[in-house]
Amino acid sequence: MSTAAVPHADAPSSPGRGVVLEARNIVMRFGGLTAVDDVSFQVHEGEIVGLIGPNGAGKTTFFNCLTGMYKPTSGEVTLGGRALPPRPRAVVTAGMARTFQNIRLFGNMTALENVMVGRYCRTSSMALTSILRGPKFRREERESIDRGRELLRFVGLDDKADHLARNLPYGEQRRLEIARALATEPQVVLLDEPTAGMNPRETEEAMRLIFRIRELGMAVVVIEHDMRFIFTLCDRVLCLVRGALLVEGSPAQVQSDPRVIEAYIGGSEDDDISADELTEEDVEVLHAEGVDVEPSRTSARSENGR
Amino acid sequence: MDQFLQQLVNGLTIGSLYALIAVGYTVVYGIVQLINFAHGEIFMIGAFGALSTYLILFQGQTSLWVLPFLVLGAMAASVGVAVLTERVAYRPLRGAGRLAPLITAIGISVFLQEFVRLFYDKVPGLDFPSAKQKIPFPQIEVVTGPAIELGPVTIQRAAVFTIGCLIMCGAALWWFINRTRTGRGMQAVSQDPDTAKLMGINVDRVIVVAFAVGAALAAIAGVAQGLLNTNINFKMGFIAGLKAFTAAVLGGIGNVWGAILGGLVLGVLETLAVQFLPGGSPWKDVWAFALLILVLVFRPQGLLGAKVVDRA
Repeated sequence: MSTAAVPHADAPSSPGRGVVLEARNIVMRFGGLTAVDDVSFQVHEGEIVGLIGPNGAGKTTFFNCLTGMYKPTSGEVTLGGRALPPRPRAVVTAGMARTFQNIRLFGNMTALENVMVGRYCRTSSMALTSILRGPKFRREERESIDRGRELLRFVGLDDKADHLARNLPYGEQRRLEIARALATEPQVVLLDEPTAGMNPRETEEAMRLIFRIRELGMAVVVIEHDMRFIFTLCDRVLCLVRGALLVEGSPAQVQSDPRVIEAYIGGSEDDDISADELTEEDVEVLHAEGVDVEPSRTSARSENGR
Repeated sequence: MDQFLQQLVNGLTIGSLYALIAVGYTVVYGIVQLINFAHGEIFMIGAFGALSTYLILFQGQTSLWVLPFLVLGAMAASVGVAVLTERVAYRPLRGAGRLAPLITAIGISVFLQEFVRLFYDKVPGLDFPSAKQKIPFPQIEVVTGPAIELGPVTIQRAAVFTIGCLIMCGAALWWFINRTRTGRGMQAVSQDPDTAKLMGINVDRVIVVAFAVGAALAAIAGVAQGLLNTNINFKMGFIAGLKAFTAAVLGGIGNVWGAILGGLVLGVLETLAVQFLPGGSPWKDVWAFALLILVLVFRPQGLLGAKVVDRA
């Protein structure tokens, strides 16, 4: 049994840090379709792990398995050394939070209320105590509001606290979803395409935000199609193809792995394609699929060259 | 004009009653998309709960201080039965589509009516009257008695009580939904149950709270109805429940403020129609349900729309 205190020897980066999240041999089948095929991985404290792969590779399904939204056909997820039952409520209480590819905020609630709902699993006033307005209720309510405002400030939405979530611009909705996830006080945050649909400036901000989340001591697992984003941000990258883990390694290793190139450009004749060209090609492929990454190509290059 | 004002007051009174019951339909629908047709019976059981409390503890009393105890007795009965039906009848059917719980609700409605009709006078050790006839409801001083003359308008004391209850319940409900952790949980579940689970919200408990809140308001309506009508019977929940359901649809089912508005609009229009349209009171229900049909045809989402437990 691995526990949080045992360092993982094979970790390409951050050796000496404890394993916080571990998935062992996760398999998810829907009828005859195997969406996730025997995937194992570990996430260490304070690590940013990227999850890439072509559309339909099973990345989001894997997230759903981790967070208990799907009950995996087989396999086990442990958080901080303890097995996680495949139930969303148990998962969030144990300390794992996530955001969604297609934003799922509570649209008819304000930004602050959305974050306060995130506090739900860390507060305990029952319906009756809130009716009787006990001192515990008032203290918890006060704390929830303060903490909510703090988190909104953290993601840069402190001036939008009283706006309805559905009225916020797209990029701010993404940040609000992150704030709501952080409100659950997670050890690990799973971000599902946090920059989808964002412009280059917003993408840059998102990247800085994720670094700041790591500075708070949380581990981050991020699904992303924007390769430049992933390879700049992550300590370690995993590439899923057709549900199976194809490659795992440092950004540089994954970037130059011919199998990854193969998977993304679907068996092109250019077998000796260079790593730099991969991202260009990759962007082209994604662009052809309707994912709007075109503007970020040039600007992200100059800005991220730090 | 005097007549119009008088009917307006009467309409607001009956409308408040509808509104108090309608909230129960709408809150439960907003959370589990179930039309709880047994909710009218929860209202009836509230009235019988108040009566039972009176018969056991306060027989012969008419002082005002009895009233809060009657309301508490009514709430205990209504909330108890509502939570029990949720537990034994609806929860096992969760995820079974919409038709099975709907038919179950109708079954529970019939069951509760017949249960009260057949067994109310057979409670061992207690000398309750038979519910097969109308039972006189306790009359409490201050809230019953001589009507208040306000210029040309006569207002029943129980009507003041009823409208006052609606105002207080509306305010309490607003506070509960918008300012408490559980209320926020209810909003979250009604907007996106799957995501709500990922926030650590116990959806089953939120559903129980929704049933309990609706039942508590229906219980207050049951007491108000007893005071207004001076008697109660086992059938009182059927037509009142149907009207309250109409009110909930009128306001936009799932929307709490819509249910309150819908109740008041329905009560007022129904009363005015009886006064000013040919046919008189036998046609009362015709106008009420004609209104429902018109709303369903021209504004199916209801007056205030929104399919969620929503803010004002």
